[in-house]
Amino acid sequence: MTNYIIRRLLYLIPVLLGVSFLIFLLFNVVAGDPTAVLLGKNATARQMEELREQLGLNKPLFMQYLDVVKSAFTFDFGRSWATKQEITYMLKQGAYPSLTLTIPAFVISTVLSLFISLFVAYYRGKGIDLFIRFLCIAGMSVSALAYILGFQWLFAYKLGWFEISGFEYGFPEFLPYIALPAIIWIILSLGPDVRFFRTVILDEIYQDYVRTARAKGLGEMTILLKHVLRNAMIPIITYTVIQIPFLILGALLLENFFGIPGIGGMTLNALNNSDFPVIKAMAILSSVVYIIFSLVSDILYTIADPRVKLK
Amino acid sequence: MKENSLWKDAFIRLTKDKWALASLIIVVVYSLVAILSACGFIAADWAQEVGASNLAPNAEHIFGTDIFGRSVFQKVVRGTQVAMSVGLATSLIAIPIGVVLGAVGGYFGGWVDDFITWLYTTFSSIPNIMLLISITMILGKGLFAVYVALGATSWVTLCRLIRGEVMKHKEREYVQAASAIGGGHTRKLFKHILPNVTHIVIINTSLQFQVAIKSEVILSYLGLGVQGEPSWGTMIDDAKLELARGVWWQLAGATLAMFIIVLAFNILGDALRDSLDPKLKGK
Repeated sequence: MTNYIIRRLLYLIPVLLGVSFLIFLLFNVVAGDPTAVLLGKNATARQMEELREQLGLNKPLFMQYLDVVKSAFTFDFGRSWATKQEITYMLKQGAYPSLTLTIPAFVISTVLSLFISLFVAYYRGKGIDLFIRFLCIAGMSVSALAYILGFQWLFAYKLGWFEISGFEYGFPEFLPYIALPAIIWIILSLGPDVRFFRTVILDEIYQDYVRTARAKGLGEMTILLKHVLRNAMIPIITYTVIQIPFLILGALLLENFFGIPGIGGMTLNALNNSDFPVIKAMAILSSVVYIIFSLVSDILYTIADPRVKLK
Repeated sequence: MKENSLWKDAFIRLTKDKWALASLIIVVVYSLVAILSACGFIAADWAQEVGASNLAPNAEHIFGTDIFGRSVFQKVVRGTQVAMSVGLATSLIAIPIGVVLGAVGGYFGGWVDDFITWLYTTFSSIPNIMLLISITMILGKGLFAVYVALGATSWVTLCRLIRGEVMKHKEREYVQAASAIGGGHTRKLFKHILPNVTHIVIINTSLQFQVAIKSEVILSYLGLGVQGEPSWGTMIDDAKLELARGVWWQLAGATLAMFIIVLAFNILGDALRDSLDPKLKGK
């Protein structure tokens, strides 16, 4: 076990180097020289040279690559081109609004999906199961943009139940601002979550131990909750853990539409301003967090299921 | 009596499912619309003014007109061409890369496999949306960047699936038999193993296609996608400002067009899995 974890930890190194290389390739090699764009068309050669020096772009490419690698470990991403602020500072500022939206939405959608999938697993093959499955697929086929625009227009603008846009710090002041985006997040997650959980639960239902449980006269509900759910929890937990990085990434579109000053909205603003360092920082940060959580998810899997061979 | 081939069997199973058949027909219709539009037979003059500005849907213009008096229906058709071209281009990039890397890694193992595993782990470690945004931003706006970005993100799943399946197959008796009669690596891999994993490519492509369409809409909405031509994403972007004035038909048209094709690919993907891989049926 310990051996496996150590080996898995060591594997982080080549993956992190690979991710840094990919990001370096995109932003430092393919993207080209940004100084002309940054300084406008009246820039003198000397100004451009100074700016290149300041941004660390006159270093040899290898040293620039090392800078990217370093930022993946130190989370020191430099300054934004648009706001001139430290990117680390901007991330800290954005974390609170982002997490007040994503964490409750994530918890509610996961619990709700679990209940719905248990319900449809109980009635598998019956009309209600087919109907909810169809609803899931249909719900997943509507563009996220359509949900956001439609709901914002109807519930916030027409009916005035929620704030159209903005944010206030502190509980319960933020509730009217995050309620509608959170509801949209939940609706967007229900489809894929229920589909996945249902498949996992039904995978277990056809196992021998379930037949044994049924043979000894246990009720369907007891089987589902006591036996099936416990075994199905393993893939469900790993699936859930691997989604946590996306909470930190924030809800790009939702924050943008609802004027929530979080990390997701910040990323889209950076995109509109061609603010390369912020996008680069977000790419690095989200990858590092993703790599860490996929490791956690793998380790949890092996802890939760002793049958999994540790190779 | 002549036995049906595996593929014919699968096709018969597929057509018995009326939902799958309907989905297949929808995909064919959308493809035809896209091809006809690309060749300039339909919606070629989408940019022309056909009526007053912002007309609500009526008998003449079933989806209404936009702010410049252009037919929203024609824009939807033109957007279909963009969406389908993105799905196709993504598949054309993702399938060769995913199949070749996955097959080579799974078959040869050793350091080759280690390298390929590292490569797809690296690509899958950057959350898709960040990789899509980064690539399109750096390559510059436009369809080419969207093709490259979606190609770069979508080969990973296919590669992983093919690698796993080829690993299982290379130990099977039929492959051993092929070695016994002197078949080389190339022959074993391409002639014997790959035909047995083709179903994975088909199932995966059907699901990837709709992911590509959905991503194109979001990238175009963000202003990173197609320029100077209507796309479902840019139509939704227009609608963002028009909704408050009660102009809902651009949003409705684009959303409906996208909903139907994405739903069809979703249902088709599931049905293909059931018919090509009957072991999984009922799960």
